[in-house]
Amino acid sequence: MTVGLGHYLAVGAILFTLGILGIFLNRKNIIVILMSIELILLAVNVNLVAFSTFLGDIVGQVFALLVLTVAAAEAAIGLAVLVVYFRNRGSIAVEDVNLMKG
Amino acid sequence: MIVSALFFYLFAGVCVASAVMVIVSRNPVHSVLYLILAFVNASGLFVLMGAEFLGMMLIVVYVGAVAVLFLFVIMMLDVDFVELREGFLEYLPIGLVIGGIFLVELLLVAGGWVINPGTVKQITAAIPTNVSNTEALGLVLYTKYIHYFQIAGMVLLVAMIGAIVLTLRHKVKVKRQDINVQNARTPELAMAVRKVTSGQGLQDADAAEWVK
Repeated sequence: MTVGLGHYLAVGAILFTLGILGIFLNRKNIIVILMSIELILLAVNVNLVAFSTFLGDIVGQVFALLVLTVAAAEAAIGLAVLVVYFRNRGSIAVEDVNLMKG
Repeated sequence: MIVSALFFYLFAGVCVASAVMVIVSRNPVHSVLYLILAFVNASGLFVLMGAEFLGMMLIVVYVGAVAVLFLFVIMMLDVDFVELREGFLEYLPIGLVIGGIFLVELLLVAGGWVINPGTVKQITAAIPTNVSNTEALGLVLYTKYIHYFQIAGMVLLVAMIGAIVLTLRHKVKVKRQDINVQNARTPELAMAVRKVTSGQGLQDADAAEWVK
């Protein structure tokens, strides 16, 4: 019944997989894709903190803090780009994003 | 011990269930609310592991800032979300296959893996036992990892400036204050003395010039 490192790693793995699945399922809705990326980063944080506390090394938590700042910055920039795109095109359908013909 | 295990399963179960709801929910507003629930439960997991500071930080940053940002954007954009749901079932099989393979691989790695005994000797900064988690984090974050901390601050600054630059737009109709023009204004530019004939008033052309 005791909860070990493996339990937390399993939670992290499931969250990561759900994030990837969310990107596949909501191909057209970029807002949900951004939320799925947040889920993936949360799974990474769970892994970092689990290893940090179970190995007794605090550097993992410092790293998780840095991942947190990058996640916040990514959400802000992503949503700003989304707002600009919506102003220009009047929709947020990501399948239409072919202006640059890349 | 059994209580902490019980809380682990509670937090983990609700976290995973709300993560599922985030990606299958029809309404993006519901997705954001489930995302908040997932983050709150993940912060519970962090506290359970003994990383209280990061747990609280997760609530402050994600629930307080990121989720509210998502809510603002969803409510600000006038988008037909039903249309965006098309193709949900189309992508479901491939998504399930790839997700399933990925999950099995991750769980195999997590299951059949042991810590190298030498790892414990290589610990960079051991967690001190006599101080709180916040203090222990501050003791290394502001000394040994000060440059990482400052770079994180720069990342946030760049993100802030980038978001402002991206979304700022000058509307033509809005009248703005131009201090240079105001300071350069002289009485000759601002005033004009006209002789007005009695009973006629100013002609339109004169009036237009006067206004200008």
